[in-house]
Amino acid sequence: MLNPQSSSFVMYDEEFQRINAVIEKLLREANAKVIFLVDKNGQLITAVGETTNLDTTSLASLTAGNIAATGGLAKLIGEKEFSILFHEGEKDNLHISIVAGRVIVVVIFDDRSSLGLVRLRVKKASDELAGIFEALSRKSEEIEKSGSQSPFAEITDDDIDNLFR
Amino acid sequence: MSFINYASREINCKIVYYGPGLCGKTTNLQYVYQKTAPEAKGKMISLATETERTLFFDFLPLALGEIRGFKTRFHLYTVPGQVFYDASRKLILKGVDGVVFVADSQEERLDANIESMENLKVNLEEQGYQLENLPFVVQYNKRDLPNLTPTAELQTLLNPDGVPDFTACATTGEGVFETLKAVAKLILIDLKKGGR
Repeated sequence: MLNPQSSSFVMYDEEFQRINAVIEKLLREANAKVIFLVDKNGQLITAVGETTNLDTTSLASLTAGNIAATGGLAKLIGEKEFSILFHEGEKDNLHISIVAGRVIVVVIFDDRSSLGLVRLRVKKASDELAGIFEALSRKSEEIEKSGSQSPFAEITDDDIDNLFR
Repeated sequence: MSFINYASREINCKIVYYGPGLCGKTTNLQYVYQKTAPEAKGKMISLATETERTLFFDFLPLALGEIRGFKTRFHLYTVPGQVFYDASRKLILKGVDGVVFVADSQEERLDANIESMENLKVNLEEQGYQLENLPFVVQYNKRDLPNLTPTAELQTLLNPDGVPDFTACATTGEGVFETLKAVAKLILIDLKKGGR
């Protein structure tokens, strides 16, 4: 989906709102505690639910590492990837799945929900999310083709130096 | 691949510290972690063995400040240096925006440095990158130890293209921030140009 040669993965306001609407609905319908989306490279895209006491940056990085490691395992046994991972804890559980080949959906849920329910709802939401990410990818390509410059084309050496003062 | 989020007005970039086993990649990150203000850093994660050898990666998120209204965040990763962890190293290079090669300046590690540099090139090519096109800096670490390879020789062998390079002693912090700043700056310049 997203062009691997492109140097940046860009998220626009409109798609961000649409994505959040889908995962907020998923949060309610799956009775989940937290849902977050992570890019396969470990960048957190968005998180909804009880995120206040959660280190979402670390979770994002470790999730991507986890998906990368299981992806490596899959290739070794001749599979393309393992599209769903499930980690069962004493109270909280993690359901991790891949959407559109590059975005990771992580659902944290406890005994107010169940694996079956989460799986079912994630599957439904995944199609919607895949549609949005495809639209996003097309939009990025069009903007790139139209030759419009990146917002950072205008940054000066001073701007960069100021970061390190 | 940097991640630009217009909704939250953030830029996220990934820096990978590469180099042979025990060259001081994790020590570099630990020093940065110790010396960074709490509000500018997240938790440092180390996936290491019982003997403190990196098993999968170390991870340190840093927030540098704003540039044109965008918060700039750098995610620092190290790879496991030991030769047999090659599969893990490949995974960590995915989506990399800039690379720091940490060389061990001790004479007896010269071959290990060269081998690791070759390994870096091969693994990057597998992901579709060319080292020459990536923001890249070299650090000659452990300058406080005896029996060192002269810097000029290390430069000839490890940095023929003349990218920014620094001598360092990661345990005391000498050269650590200079190295990080140099690679971060190259990444931002790359972003300015509109990428690779």
